[in-house]
Amino acid sequence: MSLTLFVPELGHLAMILALCFAAIQAFFPLIGAWKGDHHWMSLGRPAAWGQFVFLFISFMALTWSFLADDFSVAYAANNSNSMLPWYYKISAVWGAHEGSLLLWALTLAGWSFAVAIFSRQLPEEILARVLAVMGMVSIGFLLFLIMTSNPFERVLPNIPLDGQDLNPLLQDFGLVVHPPMLYMGYVGFSVAFAFAIAALLGGKMDAAWARWSRPWTLIAWSFLGIGITLGSWWAYYELGWGGWWFWDPVENASFMPWLIGTALIHSLAVTEKRGLFKNWTVLLAIAAFSLSLLGTFLVRSGVLTSVHAFASDPDRGLFILAFLLVTVGASLTLFVLRAPSVKSRVGFGFWSRETLLLINNIVLVVVTAMILIGTLYPLILDSLTGSKLSVGPPYFNALFNPLIGALMMALGLGVVLRWKNTSGNWLVKMLGPVLLVSAALSLLLTLLADEFNGAVLVVYFLSFWVLLASIRDLLDKTRHRGFLPGLRMMTRSYWGMQMGHLGVVVCAIGVVLSSHYSIERDLKMNVGDSVQLGAYSFVFDGAHHFEGPNYISDKGTVRALKNGREIAVLHPEKRLYIVQQMPMTEAGIDPGFTRDLYVALGEPLENGAWAVRLQVKPFVRWIWLGGMLMSFGALLSAWDPRYRARIRQKVRDALPGKEKEVKADV
Amino acid sequence: MSKARLLAVCLVLAGVAGFAWMSIYGLHNDPRELPSALLDKPFPEFSQPALGEPERLLTRNDFLGRPALVNVWATWCPTCRQEHAYFNKLAAQGVPIYGINYKDEEDKAQKWLLDLKDPYVMNVSDPRGSLGMNLGVYGAPETFIIDSEGVIRFKYVGAVDDRVWKEKMAPVYEGLLKP
Amino acid sequence: MRKILLPLLCSLWLSAPAMAAIDTYEFETQAEQDRYRKLIEELRCPKCQNQNIADSNAPISLDLREETFRMMTEEKMTDEQIVDFLVERYGDFVRYKPPVDKRTLVLWYGPFALLGFGFLMLVIIVVRRRKDSHGPDSKASLSGDEQQRLNELLNQPRESADK
Repeated sequence: MSLTLFVPELGHLAMILALCFAAIQAFFPLIGAWKGDHHWMSLGRPAAWGQFVFLFISFMALTWSFLADDFSVAYAANNSNSMLPWYYKISAVWGAHEGSLLLWALTLAGWSFAVAIFSRQLPEEILARVLAVMGMVSIGFLLFLIMTSNPFERVLPNIPLDGQDLNPLLQDFGLVVHPPMLYMGYVGFSVAFAFAIAALLGGKMDAAWARWSRPWTLIAWSFLGIGITLGSWWAYYELGWGGWWFWDPVENASFMPWLIGTALIHSLAVTEKRGLFKNWTVLLAIAAFSLSLLGTFLVRSGVLTSVHAFASDPDRGLFILAFLLVTVGASLTLFVLRAPSVKSRVGFGFWSRETLLLINNIVLVVVTAMILIGTLYPLILDSLTGSKLSVGPPYFNALFNPLIGALMMALGLGVVLRWKNTSGNWLVKMLGPVLLVSAALSLLLTLLADEFNGAVLVVYFLSFWVLLASIRDLLDKTRHRGFLPGLRMMTRSYWGMQMGHLGVVVCAIGVVLSSHYSIERDLKMNVGDSVQLGAYSFVFDGAHHFEGPNYISDKGTVRALKNGREIAVLHPEKRLYIVQQMPMTEAGIDPGFTRDLYVALGEPLENGAWAVRLQVKPFVRWIWLGGMLMSFGALLSAWDPRYRARIRQKVRDALPGKEKEVKADV
Repeated sequence: MSKARLLAVCLVLAGVAGFAWMSIYGLHNDPRELPSALLDKPFPEFSQPALGEPERLLTRNDFLGRPALVNVWATWCPTCRQEHAYFNKLAAQGVPIYGINYKDEEDKAQKWLLDLKDPYVMNVSDPRGSLGMNLGVYGAPETFIIDSEGVIRFKYVGAVDDRVWKEKMAPVYEGLLKP
Repeated sequence: MRKILLPLLCSLWLSAPAMAAIDTYEFETQAEQDRYRKLIEELRCPKCQNQNIADSNAPISLDLREETFRMMTEEKMTDEQIVDFLVERYGDFVRYKPPVDKRTLVLWYGPFALLGFGFLMLVIIVVRRRKDSHGPDSKASLSGDEQQRLNELLNQPRESADK
């Protein structure tokens, strides 16, 4: 008993010690880099290590409180319960505001530490500045934690007998994975941000900076993408209505940094390979992290209405707002003051990869700006005129879809175009057939479907365009060595790119087909009733009572048949979680590569009949498959650098006299 | 520092300031608070029976003639029970209060008024919520202030207590009494 | 400690978003059912935490869905009429598709303006860079042919590459 009472205090103390280490990490290396003091600069690494160790201890202490059912810790009393299964007790640690912030801080310390140990080749002033900037961000979050959102607050001496239970919506595998992945992404962008600020502070922004920054950015972007994909998948099976994206402010808050991150990883490629777009890249890095912070603000301050929002508090909102404004204001001011005004004299032609990547940047920035405007508009209008407006899916979909269509068109062009300049004739030779075949195939597929749909036709066309252009590029690159040996020559970076772009195509197909060819029916079903939906028929076998660890439910049985043969048995449930008295629907889903069968129970009607929702959703899994492909592609690309080091050496040896670094066009 | 840079710095700071102002506004306002769409519009027409007197039809005209409160209430609403005592007090002070019994059962409503006293001048029975929908009601309790011509001048969502009355409603009501 | 800012509304506001709001209305055609679905997905529940009336199980959502169904099937009102009816009573808040009027100019046309501006910037940059690519320093970078030769150089077997 006495040990358990002591553990939260240990956690609290560890948090404060971490703050001290963060302060050291922020101050000494920065001043050291400015003064050229080697000793002070070298304090960055041990300080990052110290911060990480103590935050780890702190996080473990909080987790222990949950596992040990120590309800003297207010946060545990509010979010856990003795009847909660142990794996949900662990994920409940980040189930609400205070604990999730501690996870944020821990993740940030982890990334700082990773940067500290994996950056042997960085010049020490740059590493010092990067760690210092990350230390400053850490200070901000740790102060926020300690001053306004302390997870270790105690409820003494009247310890509650039991906790108020984790929100039933969160009692799910999704909570175990979705937030940690998201935070890895949000926090990871602080590395790109730190590199950008370090470059501005140091006054040196060359291609080397882009090379160091790129793997970190790729990994952060990848994690954020996984987090968003998981969130969408979780909403789909958990919420009972078969949707997977609602353009809710909190969803947008995660999507915007991801979109800017996409522009950033492409811009970094240009800066790395051609020394161009440096200002773009720095600004995008600042923007990506700023959007992460903005997201944190929107979700935790109560400024916007959302089903996802944490319980809010104006004091907390003010703190994050101040932190956000200082970070954005200072970094943008620094950019304006220190960004190089001397542009590189490197040029490029109209038909070049540079042009297309510039288009990529512009379109992604416009899309992000559109989402930002749409998300904030109700607040903007309210504060200026007092009138209340809502901006939802009809707006976002109307503007998002054509912009992404334009982007996909540019994608197909971009993968084929060469750096610097491409001859028009060659381009027509390469892409002319692609254009024709794409048009033909997409028309064919659309006409073969039961009903003609214009949107489906367009997306088919764009998807084939990207796919075939990518294949065309692969064929072109392997034509000298023969196809199979050529394949082995391709770098991981190249495969990563192909995988990422394939992910875009897969996701787009999933979105358009599940949006337009879904079959849905809401109806009353008696026991034994059968309904036909497309090629499938569903038979309702009634619902019976069932008891879970911390809930009671009515568990229904619905059999799905195709051509008279039973292919799945689904068990949709209507649950009531005992502690919070919260009703919940668990959909019965038969997942499939080409379609999902989705069943949900509504209200019980007379004589054992139920209101039932039946859906056949073609290719809906492709949405998340595409998301995963994009993220894995980025990870693959990040895993490439060592090869480059060797190649650089080989190139230097082979081409004496060429001083400038040249990059292989792979 | 060149002029262009100086201008850019000013723009950045102006943007930051603008966002700050908007956010602080947002922090102190409940984004879910919905003002009435019927402000300064006439109270909707209706023709529904009085509570407990099915033969007696009440219409909009019964609400005219003097500034008054219109309270949407129901027996299934615990907050309505909380605010009821205050309405008794207001009625005793001479404030006319019309009631709309929203999506409720007649006998339960009548028993409630018997138990807790009846501050209402009259009560309209709205079992299907059709009058409520025309008023833009989305839950109980909601209280409107109308003027002598039946134009809606104010709406409050939530329980009316002393603070709410004194700070928000009394000024409107008393303002309507003057001319 | 958990301060939740809520108006003191008492209806069954514990409308867990996870409750599937399933009605059992009968439609004559699939097109009608699709139209109904689209309508209720575009209308916002006036008191929920950002949900449309299709997904929310709050009593007001139920009422609004019923009313929408009635207006659609009995009174044969058009989509616009149905939305206008509800906006009259609940305000513009209840539409997820914001109206296009002078209040929402920036909202609806802003992104297009931004795109146009971006396109303009693109043209300026590309024209400028094109001039640079024929300028004196262009020799320092590789031309298309040299690039090709470099590719072949680098496509040699990877025996010496680090694994």
